[in-house]
Amino acid sequence: MRLKTSLFGQVYTFGSVKEVLAKANEEKSGDKLAGIAAETVTERVAAKEVLSHLTLEDLYNNPVVPYEEDEVTRIIYDDLNRVIYNEIKDFTVGEFREWLLDDHVTGDMIKRISRGLTSEMVAAVTKLMSNLDLVYAASKIRITAHCNTTIGEEGILGFRLQPNHTTDNLDGIMVSLMEGLTYGIGDAVIGLNPVNDTVESVYNVLKMFDEFKRKWEIPTQQCVLAHVTTQMEAIKKGAPSDMIFQSIAGSQKGNEAFGITADMLQEARELVLKQGTSAGPNVMYFETGQGSELSSDAHHGADQVTMEARCYGFAKRYQPFLVNTVVGFIGPEYLYDSKQVIRAGLEDHFMGKLTGIPMGVDACYTNHMKADQNDIENLAVLLSAAGCNYFMGVPAGDDIMLNYQCTGYHEAQTLRSLLKLKPIKAFEVWMEKMEFVKEGKLTNRAGDASVFMK
Amino acid sequence: MNETNLKSIIEQVIRELNVADEPSKANVSACPLNETTCDVPEITAYEMENYFEVPSAENKDAYLNYKKSTHARVGIWRAGPRYTTQTMLRFRADHAVAQDAVFTDVSDELIEKYGWLKLQTAVTNKDEYLTRPDLGRIIDDESIALLKAKAKASPRVQIYISDGLSSTAIEANGYDTYKAMEQGLKSHGIEVGTPFFVKYGRVPAMDHVSELLGAEVTVILIGERPGLATGESMSCYMIYKGKVGNPESLRTVVSNIHKNGTPAVEAGAHIADIIKRILSEQKSGVDLKL
Repeated sequence: MRLKTSLFGQVYTFGSVKEVLAKANEEKSGDKLAGIAAETVTERVAAKEVLSHLTLEDLYNNPVVPYEEDEVTRIIYDDLNRVIYNEIKDFTVGEFREWLLDDHVTGDMIKRISRGLTSEMVAAVTKLMSNLDLVYAASKIRITAHCNTTIGEEGILGFRLQPNHTTDNLDGIMVSLMEGLTYGIGDAVIGLNPVNDTVESVYNVLKMFDEFKRKWEIPTQQCVLAHVTTQMEAIKKGAPSDMIFQSIAGSQKGNEAFGITADMLQEARELVLKQGTSAGPNVMYFETGQGSELSSDAHHGADQVTMEARCYGFAKRYQPFLVNTVVGFIGPEYLYDSKQVIRAGLEDHFMGKLTGIPMGVDACYTNHMKADQNDIENLAVLLSAAGCNYFMGVPAGDDIMLNYQCTGYHEAQTLRSLLKLKPIKAFEVWMEKMEFVKEGKLTNRAGDASVFMK
Repeated sequence: MNETNLKSIIEQVIRELNVADEPSKANVSACPLNETTCDVPEITAYEMENYFEVPSAENKDAYLNYKKSTHARVGIWRAGPRYTTQTMLRFRADHAVAQDAVFTDVSDELIEKYGWLKLQTAVTNKDEYLTRPDLGRIIDDESIALLKAKAKASPRVQIYISDGLSSTAIEANGYDTYKAMEQGLKSHGIEVGTPFFVKYGRVPAMDHVSELLGAEVTVILIGERPGLATGESMSCYMIYKGKVGNPESLRTVVSNIHKNGTPAVEAGAHIADIIKRILSEQKSGVDLKL
């Protein structure tokens, strides 16, 4: 294993695989805050060169958090297919990159290889990819999952309907929900981020969603994104939930900061399979985001791309229906500006797909970041071209509860018609029946929530 | 404190503020000075609840009724699949005012006018402030020297003001809340330390301040991270005998201080009462049941 290289006559030496991984990252304010980023642009490239010659076996032998210390590492290693790993372990990271991009390598071939990858390998090859590499390679990989409907198929772009409200006012939630549906939002999931993380509130919202969904025969799935334990209590009390949501991290310590363990998620999955309302078998919904481990001092000195990849390795255990990075939510100390957010969005989506999970993206930003709606529209176009499973949809991109901005209702039809994409089939048929779309265009009923007010 | 007392303090503070505060309330004139009639459109004047652009809605009355229950941008219609020009401009205006709240500084003139000492954290510019929260928790050496020289040591209550993520919030509310707090505490016979302003501050800097001055209770008024069109919101954090590294759960918080939340003067009087409780119970944060 070679940990040094020379560029323009200067020799660069690195102390460990973990250091190479960190310094090979594209620039991120979070890696600087952690004190692990490359000092100069040239050092970054030197680290990439060293990384390109490491083998997948070198990465296997050097997880950024030791197996003995960390439940997430154990889950990723225990679930690995040894036969496939042995086939690919001699690949260098550079060769692996070229294999992924090769014209003869299909999505199905990548999906098979993915079973022999650890998250450090997934992160490593990402660090050698340009933005267009990330878009192109991801576009080859389709990961589908089924809850009540099927997400992730070729040519499909879904949207989560996110009808958040500052006080969980039921009428306020409903008007956002109704209007979103008319714009073609909600095929991925109808999912509320609640203000009140209480069993009663979760129960009431789920009940309301369920009744509305039945009345109008909407082919989709529903969820309230409270803490996993709150949702479990609500389901035990009879709340009609199609899936269970939880934020997750790439280390055991990070998960502890979210108040969760692997066992808890296993229990949640078993509960919703037995007492949930959906067909399944994919009944879990996870959210992630670069930097969350550092923010809870749970990054173990590793960079935020590698820690993010580990979230996906962890998520895969639970066969989720939805996984999305909330890429610009965390703030400028982790992702400074639009350039870093766009890069991170493309990285996360590619890493999720390469890991083998049905990946969506919450393309978003906060008001203390140097980014605006134009940047998020750019990212949404790139990710749609990359085959992203779904985005969020909120009224005009303004989430009045979470106080951040993301993709709005109006982005759905725009992106779909621009890139020849469609909603999930069953939902599209329903939209046509409701006369919100005709021959691929919005009708005069699209944008009028009051068609549901009777 | 009973309600009559609270009312009289608020009234008194408002009277004083009105006398002392005129120049800072300078409103930007909405119409050109040489015009006699004022007819300039104001796209940010309406509340989203009242904005409705759906042509021939199937059930307009019900729609408007639902809209009363949310600030969400619904009922906005479209241009093809895209936003209407009005919706797009209003969104950009709301984002602009939020960004300005973060990326501008509290004016030096204001700080001088209020007679606050001017301090700074170890952060040297706005970019560093946003990317290095660790540095925003430390008062810099020059400011430490200034504190030692000019500020009263070991006060019972030390109140200070800091920009945080919204300078606009401090310019809109900082002085009014501070005066109301000072007045309220005075009426309880509680002396307050020398007021000062800390540029580029994060909330935990108050623990460093607490250690430097040996205050019994340390209180910070700080600008909150702005939401869309809500750049004026300020928070107040209080801690009993704060120490660097103490858990966040030891802080008592009053947030959402702005004209559409808890108004500045009212918040100040309310906070003064909480401080009195902290002093008498000798604890703050989750340990203090309010």
